[in-house]
Amino acid sequence: MRLDAYRIAVAVSFLVLALVPAAAWAADRPFYLDLFTRVMVFAIAALSLDLILGYGGMVSFGHAAYLGLGSYAVGILDHYGIDNGFIQFGAAILVSALTAAFIGAVSLRTSGVSFVMITLAFAQMLYFLFISLNVFGGDDGMSIVRHSDFGGAVPLDNPTILYFAVFAVLAFCFWGSGRLVESRFGMTLRGARSNARRMTAIGFPIFRYRLAAFVISASMCGVAGALLANQLLFVSPAIMHWSRSGEIIIMVIMGGIGSLLGAILGAAAYVMLEHELSALTEHWLVILGPLLILIVLFAKRGLYGLIAREGGAAGG
Amino acid sequence: MTPLLVLEQLLNGVQFGVMLFLMAAGLTLVFGIMNLVNFAHGSIYMIGAYLCAYTYGRTGSYILAILAALAGALVIGIAVETIVFRRLYRRDHLDQVLATFGLILFFNESVRLIWGDTALYSSVPPFLAGRVAIFPGMTYPLYRLAIIVVGLAVAVALYLLVMKTRLGMLIRAGASNRTMVGALGVDIALLFTLLFGLGAMLAALSGLLAGPVFSVTAGMGDGVLILAIVVIVIGGIGSIRGAFIAALLIGVVDTMGRVFLRPMLAAFMAKSAADNAGPALASMAIYILMAVVLYFRPQGLFPPRGR
Repeated sequence: MRLDAYRIAVAVSFLVLALVPAAAWAADRPFYLDLFTRVMVFAIAALSLDLILGYGGMVSFGHAAYLGLGSYAVGILDHYGIDNGFIQFGAAILVSALTAAFIGAVSLRTSGVSFVMITLAFAQMLYFLFISLNVFGGDDGMSIVRHSDFGGAVPLDNPTILYFAVFAVLAFCFWGSGRLVESRFGMTLRGARSNARRMTAIGFPIFRYRLAAFVISASMCGVAGALLANQLLFVSPAIMHWSRSGEIIIMVIMGGIGSLLGAILGAAAYVMLEHELSALTEHWLVILGPLLILIVLFAKRGLYGLIAREGGAAGG
Repeated sequence: MTPLLVLEQLLNGVQFGVMLFLMAAGLTLVFGIMNLVNFAHGSIYMIGAYLCAYTYGRTGSYILAILAALAGALVIGIAVETIVFRRLYRRDHLDQVLATFGLILFFNESVRLIWGDTALYSSVPPFLAGRVAIFPGMTYPLYRLAIIVVGLAVAVALYLLVMKTRLGMLIRAGASNRTMVGALGVDIALLFTLLFGLGAMLAALSGLLAGPVFSVTAGMGDGVLILAIVVIVIGGIGSIRGAFIAALLIGVVDTMGRVFLRPMLAAFMAKSAADNAGPALASMAIYILMAVVLYFRPQGLFPPRGR
């Protein structure tokens, strides 16, 4: 029964997202197309974090770094006149994966709060690195001249086509993540989260499993970054700022940790909340800060928790 | 690159390290004893700097400014502890990180709301202005020297407090077995509040000292917080001795890297390449140091015993 409720929730969520362009066009508010493109880009990032945070118990406080690396992969290649989308997105994935392999190899030797702090510190290192790279605009960032070119087949300069391209990537990531967490690999990861010592005792090399998951997650986040670069046609170190990493975690928490649909709902809720609050007052962070504390203290199961509760059984 | 220049930069590095130690000490104390990750520690640092600069600008009395900063930090620290953190001790670290992240957003924006976006002017008091001769032929800013002296004095005081007093004994006991200390009749909640207040005052002290050296702006605590985190990760989370050594190490490596890496690279590569690579490498130096330390010692250099 609960499975059905979940499937309906997934279907409704994606249906709503698919209808946004038509609704925005009908209401003559093209702005919403832009807002929901942003929602879906961050949904991919939140999904990637939920994969290791929710299912692997790894609290990465540095996921914005991969968002930035993905964006800079597009920006830097564009700077040198390479606008081939396959090369750009390939580079985004490769750079994110390699960086994550290095950061993961060091930080996964620890766990718990050390892991949080070390991922944060490494992300900060990349942030300062890009600030000091004056060739690529340093602190001010760089403009991107052209959208990624996929042989003319997917003209991303059309906002509606960009929207559906992001939609397709999100749907693919959601499907792939769902397969991954239910696979043997995903089960091992979840086992390691519940009881690392026992998993080690029965012979699983959990370090390698965790590292693999960390790299997969970072690659997915890198794709989100490359898409974000295509939406904004601009990239600056601000995208890698540590508060951005915090925001991605907040999205996962708001949606409900350890549920893939929750990551999408959380990203939607956070981006819209940010939009509404910042329209209200310039100093909207004064409201958001305490709101986050209240969410952490009292609404830990997130939006997905509400759906799951109505479905009857308590979700794990 | 004269020996005197190297010596001066070494002193700058020590001065920076000592300030990082004041920050890291509070962070590591609170984590070691209360098992609480307090990312809002940087906000207290910022509040200390603001209160000091504001009071000094208004009243002209530096003593009053210091008192205002320390008292303000104490009050805010204790208020935050009782309102928010009490509910977080039993939660996992993720909840603590997120709640304190919310606090950072709140404090940064509140400061912006009260004092505006531009940096607050913060001046060195007249009796600490100017330079003093350390050696014949070498002068050093008196204010920076004062920071080093204050920092070292606090380090010694902290050592005496933790190792030689009854309160320190309780702190150490609480760190190794909280439940047992509670069962022996010690008011753990009070001990925690006191400790939290102490950590907040150390952060404010670091902030008020930093005011005239760096600029007093909203968000000034964030960067320092992350450096303090690097310090306690290298030193071993929960260890004050580790924090002290790691803070000096980070302070010196960071300062030396920023000053000498570019000219050193320029010696064997093209100037334009060195101009790009120098600052980039310098900004990464301490994180690379952290990676190397962690690769060989995941628990840090001086992991606290008995945990």
